[in-house]
Amino acid sequence: MNPAFQGLLTIIIGVGGCIGYFYFSNQFLDKVLYPAKGPKAGHNINRANQIRPWLFLFPAMFALGLYLAYPVFATLWYSVTDRDQGGAFVGLANYAQMVDDPKFWEALKNNMLWLLIVPAASTAFGLLAAQLTDRIWWGSFAKSLIFMPMAISFVGAAVIFKLIYDTRPVDQAQIGVMNAVWLQFEGGVGSFLILRLLPGLLMLSGAAAAIYVAYLQITAIREKAQASLMIMVRGVFIAVLVWVAYSTLMLAFGAFTMVFPYGVPQQWLTIPGWNSFLLMIVLIWIQTGFAMVILSAALRGIPEETIEAAIVDGANPFQVFFKIKMPQISGTIVVVWTTITLVVLKVFDIVFAMTNGQWETQVLANFMYDKLFRANDWGVGSASAMVIMLLVSPILVWNVYNARKEMR
Amino acid sequence: MDGMVGSKSSLTWIVNISVVLLVALWLFPTVGLLVSSFRTADQISSNGWWQSLFPTEQNVSLRTDDPDGAQELIDGLYTVSGNVFGDGSEAVISVWGVSSRAIDSFGPGDTADLGEGESITVQIDGSYVWTGTSELSGRGQRVFATAETPPEFTTGNYRTVLVDGNTTDSMSKAFFNTLTVTIPATIIPIVIAAFAAYALAWMDFPGRAILIALVVGLLVVPLQLALIPLLRLHLGIGIGKGYLGVWLAHTGFGLPLAIYLLRNYMVGLPRDIIENAKVDGATDFQIFTKIILPLSFPALASFAIFQFLWTWNDLLVAKVFLIDATGQTTVMTNQIVELLGTRGGNWEILATAAFVSISVPLVVFFAMQKYLVRGLLAGSVK
Repeated sequence: MNPAFQGLLTIIIGVGGCIGYFYFSNQFLDKVLYPAKGPKAGHNINRANQIRPWLFLFPAMFALGLYLAYPVFATLWYSVTDRDQGGAFVGLANYAQMVDDPKFWEALKNNMLWLLIVPAASTAFGLLAAQLTDRIWWGSFAKSLIFMPMAISFVGAAVIFKLIYDTRPVDQAQIGVMNAVWLQFEGGVGSFLILRLLPGLLMLSGAAAAIYVAYLQITAIREKAQASLMIMVRGVFIAVLVWVAYSTLMLAFGAFTMVFPYGVPQQWLTIPGWNSFLLMIVLIWIQTGFAMVILSAALRGIPEETIEAAIVDGANPFQVFFKIKMPQISGTIVVVWTTITLVVLKVFDIVFAMTNGQWETQVLANFMYDKLFRANDWGVGSASAMVIMLLVSPILVWNVYNARKEMR
Repeated sequence: MDGMVGSKSSLTWIVNISVVLLVALWLFPTVGLLVSSFRTADQISSNGWWQSLFPTEQNVSLRTDDPDGAQELIDGLYTVSGNVFGDGSEAVISVWGVSSRAIDSFGPGDTADLGEGESITVQIDGSYVWTGTSELSGRGQRVFATAETPPEFTTGNYRTVLVDGNTTDSMSKAFFNTLTVTIPATIIPIVIAAFAAYALAWMDFPGRAILIALVVGLLVVPLQLALIPLLRLHLGIGIGKGYLGVWLAHTGFGLPLAIYLLRNYMVGLPRDIIENAKVDGATDFQIFTKIILPLSFPALASFAIFQFLWTWNDLLVAKVFLIDATGQTTVMTNQIVELLGTRGGNWEILATAAFVSISVPLVVFFAMQKYLVRGLLAGSVK
């Protein structure tokens, strides 16, 4: 049967079936099971109204249970059993095998980098774009162009950026923008300014910012008496900040001391350390539009009076932005950040299509796919899926907590 | 909104220029793909796409027509004439030569002596006259020229990819497969979710709060976890790999967002309308179909766009639940990944295939952006 016809038939059967199910089950409930007439009419109506919600909910709950809730437990079970031994329980053997695999640690390390950089960069660019586009008459047009990559598939984006990173032999014309730009640098003053001074200063200011935030956290701990949980969270945060500061300092050092191979076209995606960043750019490019749209709405929602009051008091534009606007949209920033974090944790297509995890670009989702469908090792694959689940669960708990708080 | 009461016009200029730069930076990658998809393989490899928008000066190696059959005897000289660029070209020659070591020996209109009584004259537009006292033989005379060629584009790649390509390059089958996956996978979850969302928003029953929390929790469960258990389930109950499996999978994975978005929207509908209808004797089913559904159109539309974009752009779910060893049911994203492997250097095919795949979401995006933004805001900002 022609798939298009089959698809049409499925739509008709599926949609018709759903509507038919809802209609006839309601009819059955009202006319046959608990008819709203006769001596027990009132009782029957009450009974019918108790059952009806479950009729409405049943298909959705069944699908959710089968397609999302059940797999969590099934995967947990697969991760502690061995398929080759007929599904025998093997305890944590799969996890032990996983942590022995250097590729796993590489994937975990890369995922952490993705988690730090992509949400931060997307949110920052999104905030910048939102703030800038809100001030000009053609802002909504500019917004829709920056938002556009949202509609492009990760695979399509991978092709787009592979063209940008493309490399040709040294005697041929470079068709990738990155190499074409790279070949313009020859080690002169311009190269020093753009390739050493600019990134070096950026890294140094990043390190300074991280140290400053860490310092604020430390003073916050020392000044106020707090719950031990809060202190622990802040401690972890400080540790991350110190690590960020250290890495950016090392990068700044590297920017000034590195020997650049001028005049030689580079195979960008095969240079370990840099290639992960090049893959992250793809996702930042896609997610910035999302961050911009949400943050722009939040910025518009800020009460005008607060800003006017600040300006009357003599605040400059930067103070208005950082001291008045930022605190009022911090809740939205958290939402944007966590949403992009979720996307990052599941990132698969970009890595799969561009490098397939070679040259030290592996990430957890692709590592898992490798184990499941190439190595056919369901135990280790499921174990790594559980690691992704573990990384997601704080956000899950936080979301559920917020949703419940809102409903009360 | 502009909080800058005393803002200067110079600041406005800086903002305008920054936005222009930002937009250009964000647009640049996509434009590169689009432009490349309209260039031939030779053009793509001869220079970067950003140079193709302007007339470019480049060194080209050309050849006249072969003498056999083309030569005529005019005034006692064997003559071959024509245009080195072929007909209809607008290229302009600045210098030319007949040897690869001296490509700038002659100017337009000059005559080069080739020895043995042969000579060739090349004009500025590439038209040439090649004469010899004895009969010309062998292949056409080589001409090396520095020429300025105007931008030139072709739709040939789209013909190759969509109409008459061989099976590995052809996207038309994958296009229809993608469509076959996408449409049911968009419509079915909407129907199921709308009923559930109504129940969660407007019906009273014990455990409602827990179910809502469950939906919010499932919203973030990575679908990676579902791959193996569900594939086993599908194989076990006989669905196997195929359209039915992928429709069901997309339905399951799309439901949390659908229920969440629709419930949030439905809760905001005015209570009076629903209670009046109940007083008038309408059943829940009637209220749902006659009142709630029409009023919820914006929310339905925004979820439909999300689900459409997501299923159209998906690679992982299709790879696991749909595409079997025969590859008959391949979707476009998968086809492109395979092209990346087999035709990694053939940018004209890759760019065109990728652009075919992203063109439909782009059209949907620009046509229905309003609903997409509304859905995003409903999903993230309270």
